[in-house]
Amino acid sequence: MDRRLPLCRASLALAAAAALSGLTAARPLLAASLHDAIRDAQRKVVKIYGAGGLRGLEAYQTGLLISAEGHVLTVQSYVLDTDEVAVVLDDGRRFKAEILGVDPVRELAVLKLAVEDAALPFFDLPSSAVAQPGDRVLAVSNLFGIAAGDEPVSVLQGVVAAVAPLNAWRGAFQSAFHGDVYIVDAAANNPGAAGGALVNLHGELLGVLGKELRSQSTGAWLHYATPIDQILGAVEAMRSGRSLRTEPARDAAPAEPLALADVGVVLVPDVLPRTPPYIDAVLPKSRAQEAGLRPDDLIVFVDGEPTASCSAVTAAVGRREKFDAVRISVLREGRLIEETLDPPAAAAADAHAEHSVEGNPPLDGSADESAPPRPSPDVNE
Amino acid sequence: MSRVASAIAVAMTLGAGALASGATTPDDAVLAAQGERAAAIAKASAATVAIFDASGGGGGSGVLISSDGLALTNFHVTAPCGPAMKCGLNDGKLYDAVIVGIDPVGDVALIQLLGRDDFPTAEIGDSDAVRVGDWAFAAGNPFLLADDFTPTITYGMVSGLHRYQEPAGTLLEYTDCIQTDAAINPGNSGGPLFDAQGRLIGINGRGSFEKRGRVNVGVGYAISINQVMRFLGHLKSGRILDHASLGATVATQDDGRVVVDDILETSDAFRRGLQYGDAIIRFADRDVTSANGLKNALGVYPSGWRVPITWRREGETFTAAVRLSGVHDEAELIALVQQEHADPSDPGPGEPPRPRDDKSPDGEPAPKRPMPGFDSLGNKPKLPEAVAERYVARHGYANYWYNEQQQQRLWRGYLEQSAAEGAGYDWRLRGALETGGAFTLTIAENDADLALPTGRFKAAFSGDVSQQLSPPRSGGFLLAIHAWQRLLDKGLSRFGEVYYLGRLPHGADNRVEDCLAGLFEGMETRFFFADDSGALTGIELFSADDADPCEITFADFVEAGGRRLPRRWLVRQGDAVFAEFVISDWTLAAVAASTASESTAGEH
Repeated sequence: MDRRLPLCRASLALAAAAALSGLTAARPLLAASLHDAIRDAQRKVVKIYGAGGLRGLEAYQTGLLISAEGHVLTVQSYVLDTDEVAVVLDDGRRFKAEILGVDPVRELAVLKLAVEDAALPFFDLPSSAVAQPGDRVLAVSNLFGIAAGDEPVSVLQGVVAAVAPLNAWRGAFQSAFHGDVYIVDAAANNPGAAGGALVNLHGELLGVLGKELRSQSTGAWLHYATPIDQILGAVEAMRSGRSLRTEPARDAAPAEPLALADVGVVLVPDVLPRTPPYIDAVLPKSRAQEAGLRPDDLIVFVDGEPTASCSAVTAAVGRREKFDAVRISVLREGRLIEETLDPPAAAAADAHAEHSVEGNPPLDGSADESAPPRPSPDVNE
Repeated sequence: MSRVASAIAVAMTLGAGALASGATTPDDAVLAAQGERAAAIAKASAATVAIFDASGGGGGSGVLISSDGLALTNFHVTAPCGPAMKCGLNDGKLYDAVIVGIDPVGDVALIQLLGRDDFPTAEIGDSDAVRVGDWAFAAGNPFLLADDFTPTITYGMVSGLHRYQEPAGTLLEYTDCIQTDAAINPGNSGGPLFDAQGRLIGINGRGSFEKRGRVNVGVGYAISINQVMRFLGHLKSGRILDHASLGATVATQDDGRVVVDDILETSDAFRRGLQYGDAIIRFADRDVTSANGLKNALGVYPSGWRVPITWRREGETFTAAVRLSGVHDEAELIALVQQEHADPSDPGPGEPPRPRDDKSPDGEPAPKRPMPGFDSLGNKPKLPEAVAERYVARHGYANYWYNEQQQQRLWRGYLEQSAAEGAGYDWRLRGALETGGAFTLTIAENDADLALPTGRFKAAFSGDVSQQLSPPRSGGFLLAIHAWQRLLDKGLSRFGEVYYLGRLPHGADNRVEDCLAGLFEGMETRFFFADDSGALTGIELFSADDADPCEITFADFVEAGGRRLPRRWLVRQGDAVFAEFVISDWTLAAVAASTASESTAGEH
């Protein structure tokens, strides 16, 4: 009996706080429903285990169930870079996951679990909610891998501090995504939290917790989530099989396959089963050199297809015709840089596409959006 | 540190402003909520302790739980302090404090603040009633910020429950702890975690940090207050406590079963029937669904506790009350404590440094002091007088002074309230067995004779007494009565080694009562005493480490010849009742061989 009383009082306080925020006044909030909302959200969040395990590279992250049939939305990361991605549901059930598709720019991936009952609780992405600065939010994730088996994931609370484009932090935080994100004051983006849910106090999904981002100039960690409306299209594409990864596989074999030598890329000697595809040399006056590729770049995607090894790069390039343009994404000093290697005929005419996220950090703190974008200077050289 | 709290305050203030839009008076509900929160924080702050080592350097936090100054903190806070510490309260005063007892495995220490008998205390909450999403706040002295000892308050949410954190180094294992995003920083260690109403639900002691340095990143852990309160009776004994072990290890199978993959044949669990391959489904009234879950359920109990366990074998379900043994043997535990003191646990791989403040404010490591009980007399720092009066160093104890106090309290209570003194060795008892039939028991200093309907049983208390375990299947009933007589005759000082064990469940109903343990002839005998009457309510005689003890539970106390004596003795060993004696006549020949016999009242 007397246990209920404090809850009621807490609910009163919460209800008042929520009502007075002016945004949720239409929906009176009770403490009981906050607990229920949390529990509900926890059930739709999964623990993901894969590659990693070295110090500073946690072998786990978080994901969101987005369909009753077992589609899981998570971040694209090295954790998924294995054939043995395991997903553990809130109820402790463990599944092997198949990667349906990845989005290298938004750094997202959609997995599919081989569930039989097709009755999983899930976040319905199209009906997700939006939040504004000042709104109370909850970050639901398996940060630090604290929860295991059927243990519920962790819940942290905070406030949306800002809705701002990630490239407002241009140069200070390495990210391929430039759209608006929720900046939160909760310690939401800890190791393992990426792929978790940012929800409102009703448990409605607002965004996907991003990977850890740390300013190279200040050392500060950014706590943020990518809003669902920014990723809805990409997720639908990945999920419905129009995945960037599976696309080339459906194509017929090219009549005149493109070779790495054609674009002027020499990879490091392929000596391991999965030799990391580092560029060993870039041939002078080649398409690769024109596009700005350099030795020691790590090729991570070819036309959006993840390339974990030298052989994967060779195969992916070989699925293109000699006259195709090919988009190559490389990691250079921790930054994802995307270059398009145009076909030989057009190469002279068009300037190459530049999708680098590099740029000089606005050290004076004033990000002048009207300033012309700098052509990929390397501040570290 | 108080960023979270201030964020809430700001959010609420802004929200109020937005709605009021012109009006200046906030909603009554907001004012009421704010008033309640302020009251809870005020109440909680008064009981929060800032702990410093004797030099005023490194320290941590604590919380008062009794008006005579008993306060809880972390073992890792007191370990560098030695027996004495200085404690500040938010009245601005600094009090001397002395170590009372330590639970090094659970990272809990009990200390006593001295100089008042009206210390403010925290209201003890129920950590089993806490739910994820509850608001909570931590109080303490992070970064040793407060010059006037006013605690820093950090507000947040309960993020997770029943969290298991692997042992850091060799000792500190956090089981079943509360995870919160209320900021827990270095210096918060040992301090209280309160629920929104200001009730104590945990003792903060650890956090997850990894690569982000030793400051809060939203993940702090508190030892649940229900675990701490279960250890409190033991902590008051001044001993170095150990946690419980099942004597078996388990593994989670692919099908989700938690299966015994190794079991000690000397363990009570084995004697109660648990076998290799059995699937444990419940432990101490909790469902077990993973190996971690069992570790969690187990870690909240002190060594020696008895809990119900349910397991399944080939479709059949078994339940038994199992006596838990210790994780470490005593010498091992003391060695580990010494090691922990000399070289505090290096957090294991993946486990960040714990929020402990072993640095003085200028960043220099605080001087390490010897552990209580192990220090060489030569370099012992001079203790404040108030502390010296309450500190006795003794091997195996954090502070033997408290153990002695408890021994005396129980002994005097028993002698005075039961008028047990001078009961002598020559007893003659007659009566009936609950199952039918009469019995007589004649016991003297050197022998005993028990006549039951099933036969006569004798024991001789000379030579190798530990072999005198008759009657069979009693575990040594006659010897247990002899131990009782021996205690009455020789008292605390001459019985053998006697110490206060703490509070432990015993008897058929698992009642938790004070326990004195006495060692003689290589055997341990435990004597249990009632809280209210001080009467002897039970005896457990352990003839060997790997044998079921003889358990006697006394009930139905009557006044007889000026003494308070139990008429009903229930004798058990293992799972089985040996006999239940109902005594109708009890003659005690006094030590002085007085002819006056004392008989219990007849049937009532």
